[in-house]
Amino acid sequence: MTTSRPDPAVARILLQLADEPLPAGADGLVSTLTRLCAALVRHLPASGSGISLVGEGHGSAGIAAWAGPRSRSLEELQFTLGEGPCLDAHASRRPMLEPDLVGAGSHRWPIYGPRAAELGVGAVFAFPLQIGSARVGVLDIYRSQAGPLSAEALASGYGFAEVALRLLLQEQAGASEGRAPEGLDDVLAHRMEVYQAQGMVMVDLGVKPAEAMARLRGHAFAAGQDIAAVARDVIDGILHLQRDHPPHDPGEYR
Amino acid sequence: MIALDKLTDVFVAVADTLVADFDIIEFLELVAEKAATISAASAAGIVLGDPTGRLQFVAASEQSVRLLEALAVQSESGPCQDCFHTGGPVVNTDLRDGEAHRRWPAFAALATSMGYQSVHALPLRHQGTAIGALTLLSVHAHPLEDADVRVVQAVADIATIGILQERSIRASGVLTEQLQYALVSRISIEQAKGILSRIHGISVDDAFTLLRSYARGAGLGLSAVATEVVNEPDRHPTLTRPRR
Repeated sequence: MTTSRPDPAVARILLQLADEPLPAGADGLVSTLTRLCAALVRHLPASGSGISLVGEGHGSAGIAAWAGPRSRSLEELQFTLGEGPCLDAHASRRPMLEPDLVGAGSHRWPIYGPRAAELGVGAVFAFPLQIGSARVGVLDIYRSQAGPLSAEALASGYGFAEVALRLLLQEQAGASEGRAPEGLDDVLAHRMEVYQAQGMVMVDLGVKPAEAMARLRGHAFAAGQDIAAVARDVIDGILHLQRDHPPHDPGEYR
Repeated sequence: MIALDKLTDVFVAVADTLVADFDIIEFLELVAEKAATISAASAAGIVLGDPTGRLQFVAASEQSVRLLEALAVQSESGPCQDCFHTGGPVVNTDLRDGEAHRRWPAFAALATSMGYQSVHALPLRHQGTAIGALTLLSVHAHPLEDADVRVVQAVADIATIGILQERSIRASGVLTEQLQYALVSRISIEQAKGILSRIHGISVDDAFTLLRSYARGAGLGLSAVATEVVNEPDRHPTLTRPRR
């Protein structure tokens, strides 16, 4: 899929992507998205970058790619906590630009802000991957230093988001009906355990989906774990969340 | 001879419209207006080939019924039609001489009755073929030199870019919706697997098999059943009630 009038920013980014080294034995969508994140970190004033898929009305559908030492943890953190710039950018359908994570950012995201700051982040810029009303994920840019993106870097951020979306759509064009591209199989599989666990908690506690997810998150927070680890324990039968206090949402599963 | 600084104005004016949600018809009307102005023609129109290969009127430099007719009549034969099929310009045809009436009898008769004396048609070119044509009509004799033809062709090329951009954006929108649906559908299925796994005391893989055979047996979509298992389990009691 191409547009016939190449946007200059996008054309430059495609060249940067082409120049980004290809790890041995790597090909496919995830590899290309990973190289895109690496190119972003190389060419922009950024210390890290990540691309998360988002399931409309649900939450993270998987971490597709990242670059920078703590970016994967940062992507995961937003899903574990259920708050953060990535989720806000998706929900509001607009970029979420926070140049001061420790200051204003910690008012916006009282749990995520300080935790991300502990991981060495001073600023976060999140760009939704969307066309019109259809949205599929977010590109996050992390900076260790606080401070806004320059106008040029902001334009590049939009450009990287557009290229990320184009890469996804190029693969989607070849996907089976109703399915995501095969290149995302592992990305989705890793995340889907959380949703399986959500279903299990719904039955165990007799609660609706939102409450079940909140309980998983609550346990993750209390135990200092990622939500993915909690999900694994629920699926393995190691962890049984108890109905130890009235549900936040009075709705029952059935 | 067309002034080159006029051409720059054209590029600047249309560049502003090439953003994500521009209106393709408004854009093509703008291009037609610019083409008429830049070439000092009386009027300009744009026709596009539809999926069956017939030329359809799309936009014109003015809201004029007679201009519309002069374009529409070319669906069978006319300079637009020739241009569309050959992929090359059909220029400097004088409607006062017999040649035009021989080649395109219906069009030439109609155009001359409307007072038009000259006509040019330039292709909207894409990858070696034409997807449509840009027509210039004038009420006076209006020859175009080679250099002028190149300039007007450049304007026609802008129309082509806009059309392809809009088609590409529409295609991208559809793909994005498909991916969005695929992600949501997958999440629902995984939630349903977890639910059924707990209700029946089976593995998530066995829960998937159960869900899939139930959906097939009932002639329902897997994703739809999964969503209902999550949100309206009473719709599928045989699936969501524990078996003792």
